[in-house]
Amino acid sequence: MSVIEAEGLVKVYKSRKSEVRALDGLSLRVEEGQVLGLLGPNGAGKTTTVRILATLLRPDAGRATVAGYDVVRQAQQLRSVIGLSGQYAAVDENLTGRENLWMFARLYQMPSPEAARRAGELLEQFDLVDAGDRVVKTYSGGMRRRLDLASAIIARPRLLFLDEPTTGLDPRGRLGMWEVIRQLVRDGATLLLTTQYLEEADELADGIVVIDHGRIIAQGTADELKTQVGGERIEVVLHARADIPAAIERIRPYGDGDAIVDEHTKRVTLPSTGGAQALVQVVGALNEASIAIDDIGVRRPTLDDVFLSLTGHAAADGQGPEPDDEPAMATGRAA
Amino acid sequence: MTTTPVATPHAGVGGVRQAFSDGLVIGWRNLKRIPRIPELAIFAIIQSIMFVLLFAFVFGGAIPLPGYTDPNAYREYLLPGVFGQTIAFASATTAIGMTDDMAKGIIDRFRSLPMARSAVLTGRSFADVIYNAGILIVLMISGWFVGWTVRTDVLQFAIGVGLLLLFAFAMSWIGIWLGLSVPSVEVGQQVSFVVIFPITFISNAFVPIQTMPSWLQPFAEWNPVSTLTASVRTLWGNPHPFATNNFPSQQPILVTLLWVAVILAVFVPLGVRKYRSVSR
Ligand SMILES: Nc1ncnc2c1ncn2[C@@H]1O[C@H](COP(=O)(O)OP(=O)(O)OP(=O)(O)O)[C@@H](O)[C@H]1O
Ligand SMILES: [Mg+2]
Repeated sequence: MSVIEAEGLVKVYKSRKSEVRALDGLSLRVEEGQVLGLLGPNGAGKTTTVRILATLLRPDAGRATVAGYDVVRQAQQLRSVIGLSGQYAAVDENLTGRENLWMFARLYQMPSPEAARRAGELLEQFDLVDAGDRVVKTYSGGMRRRLDLASAIIARPRLLFLDEPTTGLDPRGRLGMWEVIRQLVRDGATLLLTTQYLEEADELADGIVVIDHGRIIAQGTADELKTQVGGERIEVVLHARADIPAAIERIRPYGDGDAIVDEHTKRVTLPSTGGAQALVQVVGALNEASIAIDDIGVRRPTLDDVFLSLTGHAAADGQGPEPDDEPAMATGRAA
Repeated sequence: MTTTPVATPHAGVGGVRQAFSDGLVIGWRNLKRIPRIPELAIFAIIQSIMFVLLFAFVFGGAIPLPGYTDPNAYREYLLPGVFGQTIAFASATTAIGMTDDMAKGIIDRFRSLPMARSAVLTGRSFADVIYNAGILIVLMISGWFVGWTVRTDVLQFAIGVGLLLLFAFAMSWIGIWLGLSVPSVEVGQQVSFVVIFPITFISNAFVPIQTMPSWLQPFAEWNPVSTLTASVRTLWGNPHPFATNNFPSQQPILVTLLWVAVILAVFVPLGVRKYRSVSR
């Protein structure tokens, strides 16, 4: 049996004026020890999914079991085996880092001395020893985030839900957080991770599920998703806009299809499986024609491309439920 | 496939003992924050002292207490009223704390933990009772300086204090329910004041009920703040003129206990239900 099994989850947020169908028949499955990356634009339903699986929200329809417990009927038993780090750090501002950890450990039903020991351990692990006895109010965003994650793993849960764990962290903080997450996975934790950063999913997740409007629009491994959007291409950024037609003419023989042009950035993108060899030939051809270039390279599709082609807008933009209105870049659309 | 939402199984895995120890942890957490946001307690005390000074020295002279010729009598009469008023305002503190927790998202973390569901609420009311006890001590000391005193014995004094704290406990459950029901701290503040101001002023806390229009008197007489204040005055031997033959004036302690029971019977279930359904 899978550790997480969700079947046809539906969640409708009702208010006086409107009704938002946040989840519309979502089904998920995560195997023991696996890391599932849940991706989607703003408002896709990622947080809603996590909150339902972590027993904070009741689904309006559908069924989900986590670690064998029904999320609605066996919520209390389930809570003792999961850890949750929500999208916004949920720690007590007026307690110190150490007091926060002690309190949460006590509420996970650890005896007080053990709770104190565990708090010390986690402060160490999350590089918060120096700040451990300061009130959280004085912490930076990244420190709060780390404390929040530390709180989530206090009871060494087998199963972790992390809702955008690295949002707001600087690059070093993000790398540090990735390392912590990898360590948790090495120790055998199963993880459901939502993120806006596609490289993060690429880096950490075994499987990826892309959702939009509360429905799954694609799933698979990072590589499978990238293959779906297409193969490698050569990208040339020209120096002068006037050279574009001539350049297309010159490089066409080295590609496997029509070149795509972005007039604004003077970028010409040519699908090509020739790799480095084709790149050398393209450089030669442009050189021969004395066409000046600013930049050139072989580009493999990233998850960003996957995102753009699936949802019609980039991961971090677009608030609205009308993704098609988003001005996608010409290169993105073409993929 | 549809699952009908079933009520989550009862309180906690560990039953009453766990509910108690989790409640203590939450209570500890709520008490910890008092010295860390000292402004809250300081302004609560300043507000009460302001009322003492205002009524003792500004309005006091215009409010005669027939039967008492001593000019200090009004001040002695006034202080139990200020205690009662302060206790009634405790529900606002509770409400604001509760709404603040909701807004900060920490309630979400609590709800994801395998803790007794009741603990967030019992811990809060427990901490608020202690907080109010602290404020009462400060007020009693300041009251003593303007002429308030206890004329009976230690036992009667203790019963009076116990009654005040019991009422604080009941009021905190109104605050819990209110705090969970309002969308923001500001709204909670407004609502509390709109409700609590009339309750404390249409009572015998500051002026004798007999000075009010007769249609208002029954309300003022049954008002829990009146019965609480009257009980305390009687217990401590402070001036308490104009006792009528009506039931609440004759049996203030009994009526106060009834009020506590009614408030708890109504607002404990309401608060618990609200907490369970919060953003679900
Ligand atoms: N409490 C709520 N009341 C009403 N609507 C809500 C509520 N919470 C979420 N929604 C709506 O449900 C939809 C899904 O929200 P959700 O928070 O799950 O998205 P998300 O994928 O986590 O987005 P983000 O990337 O911005 O965090 C959105 O349209 C949102 O406006
Ligand atoms: Mg979210």
